[in-house]
Amino acid sequence: MLSEIPLSYFLVVSTLMFFIGIYGFLTRKNLITILMAVELILNSVNINFVAFNRYLFPNQLEGHFFSLFIIAVAAAEAAVAIAIIISVYRRYSNIDVERVDTMKY
Amino acid sequence: MIDFSYTVLILLIPLFMFLLIGLTSGKMKPALSGYIGTLAMSVVTLLSYYTAYQYFFNRPAGTEIFEKIVPFHTVWVHFTDTLYVDLGVLLDPISVMMLVVITTVSLMVHIYSIGYMHGEKGYSRFYAFLSLFSFSMLGLVVATNIFQMYMFWELVGVSSYLLISFYYEKPTAVSAGKKAFIVTRFADLGFLIGILILSYISGTFNFVELTDPQGALITQGTSLTFMGISALTWALTLIFMGGAGKSAMFPLHIWLPDAMEGPTPVSALIHAATMVVAGVYLVARLFPIYYFVVPDALTIVAYVGGFTSLFAAVIACTQTDIKRVLAFSTMSQIGYMMLALGVSGYGGEHGLGYMASMFHLFTHAMFKALLFLGAGAIIHAVHTNDMNHMGGLRKYLPITHITFLIATLTISGMPPFSAYFSKDEILVAAFEHDKFLFFIEYAVSGITAFYMFRLYFNVFWGKSTHYHHTPHESPLTMTVPLMILAVASMFTGFIPFNDLVTSNGAAFELHTDWSVAIPSVAIGLVGIAVAWIFYKKQSAIPDKLAVTFKYPYKWSFNKFYIDEVYLFVTKKIIFNRISAPVAWFDRHVVDASMNGISWVTNAISDQIKGLQSGQLQKYGFVFVSGVLILTFAFVYFLFN
Repeated sequence: MLSEIPLSYFLVVSTLMFFIGIYGFLTRKNLITILMAVELILNSVNINFVAFNRYLFPNQLEGHFFSLFIIAVAAAEAAVAIAIIISVYRRYSNIDVERVDTMKY
Repeated sequence: MIDFSYTVLILLIPLFMFLLIGLTSGKMKPALSGYIGTLAMSVVTLLSYYTAYQYFFNRPAGTEIFEKIVPFHTVWVHFTDTLYVDLGVLLDPISVMMLVVITTVSLMVHIYSIGYMHGEKGYSRFYAFLSLFSFSMLGLVVATNIFQMYMFWELVGVSSYLLISFYYEKPTAVSAGKKAFIVTRFADLGFLIGILILSYISGTFNFVELTDPQGALITQGTSLTFMGISALTWALTLIFMGGAGKSAMFPLHIWLPDAMEGPTPVSALIHAATMVVAGVYLVARLFPIYYFVVPDALTIVAYVGGFTSLFAAVIACTQTDIKRVLAFSTMSQIGYMMLALGVSGYGGEHGLGYMASMFHLFTHAMFKALLFLGAGAIIHAVHTNDMNHMGGLRKYLPITHITFLIATLTISGMPPFSAYFSKDEILVAAFEHDKFLFFIEYAVSGITAFYMFRLYFNVFWGKSTHYHHTPHESPLTMTVPLMILAVASMFTGFIPFNDLVTSNGAAFELHTDWSVAIPSVAIGLVGIAVAWIFYKKQSAIPDKLAVTFKYPYKWSFNKFYIDEVYLFVTKKIIFNRISAPVAWFDRHVVDASMNGISWVTNAISDQIKGLQSGQLQKYGFVFVSGVLILTFAFVYFLFN
């Protein structure tokens, strides 16, 4: 059943998700949306890991471990990112990424 | 063998006093620093007298000649087993004699300055520098090796610089200090090169080995030559250049008249009695090498000395600043000493010139210090250096007048004062060796008598001048040194130098040569008589003569334009022709290329700094596009 779906389908989906994430990351001005885009990128990677594990090395579990790690790290990263976004908001009274440019020359 | 190891204290006490007074000058009462400085100097003086007594009159029985004794020495810098620099104390007749000269004059100047410098700003500093100078000068004369001598030689240069520029708020004093330092430093360059050549040839710095007539250097010499002249001749001539700079010999004399900007006691100590004779001392120290190995260099010494003595005496006749007259007379007298060394032989009666030179050095130190201190007392009383604004001072300054007269008679070579004996022996030595130099010196002694009495009559007799404040005699601290030095000037001529200070340490018989002595006294008397006619009362003759001999007078008055020649050479030739183009090259080529590089960097970064916009998404875009381009390129090249 699952094995009837070829690996390339999973890869197409994950690639699409990855570039949607990249596109969102580069175009959205709202920091929260950017964060969501980053999550999309991470999840596309997760799909790759799981799919490769299932199709190439069905007897091993490393791919699953990595995706679990990534989910945990993404959760932690979301917490940190939200904290940063909140302090940006406190300082600039909005969360527009173009306003946060004090690191320029 | 007498133990002389205490002589190291003669060096250490002044050094300690310099550090003590110098470091505590802010805390200590100024007067106190003067007193302890003087006290320490008197201890050093007593030690030197004791050393001289022990050395000259208490030598071990059975020794015929005065040996060189090294009571103390230590290796200071050890480079290799053959190259090392010692510090130590060397006692021989000339160094012991110099100890006596330096400490005596220094003590007199210390006492005198208590009165003269009273209430001056920087009184403690003055005493600290005096101690530094005494230390350096004493270290110079007792040096066991030529490198130690060079070190202390530079130290006296520094202390001289510090004391000339003592009134550092006065621009003329500052520039005079700089001038003295630069000119003598320039001469010391020759000295240093000379030392390097000499020690390269001989393999030692040590004076005892260098000057031993049976030693390797003198018996073997060297086969090295440079430009057809023996390397040793070069070395010794260059060393003499150092000595000529310090001793203000023509043409390196230009700093000495300007050095009179310093306080008068300093002029007496450094620029009359001690430091300026360092060059004479240096030649005397290396005399066996000069005599046995490089007689040509010795001839240069004689002629430079002879010329300087005449040249300076002619200039002294027209100067009006009393300290400058004395400065030129110092140059003239040092010229005598150099000449005496230059015409001297070695050993016994042949060494007459050597002995006469040292004798004259000794007597000159006493009477010239007296003249300067007397001039200081005059300046102290009338607050000017210019003898045109003086006259008739004998009523106001009786002690200064008598002592100054004694000194003036001494320098004019009148018997039985000391310089009569010493100058006479120089003339005899010159007479036996070189008639031409003899007649020059003969003329110079007449000119000397003339210009010294011109000074004396102008200051103490002459027109009665109206003074704003009635001049008054100086305090006792100033007059006592004058009286002591006057006694010294009168009687030091009777010291039997022929028994004590000779070229090889052995005594010899001295004969008075009346055929030289009587004419020399006679020409001195003529000089005095001319000065008497011209200047005793106000007279029109000098002015008339100045008009008649307009050009000689102008040349002499302007010191033969030597300063201008130096200025021309340094400013017009060195600065404008060499330094200015080099500076232009440095500024417009070297600096400009560096500036260009930085300008280009700056301009480029100005152009591209917009890339660092702080816009996170732009960075991300660039990053992603870069990755994509690389990926496509990678794929393209991999699969084609």
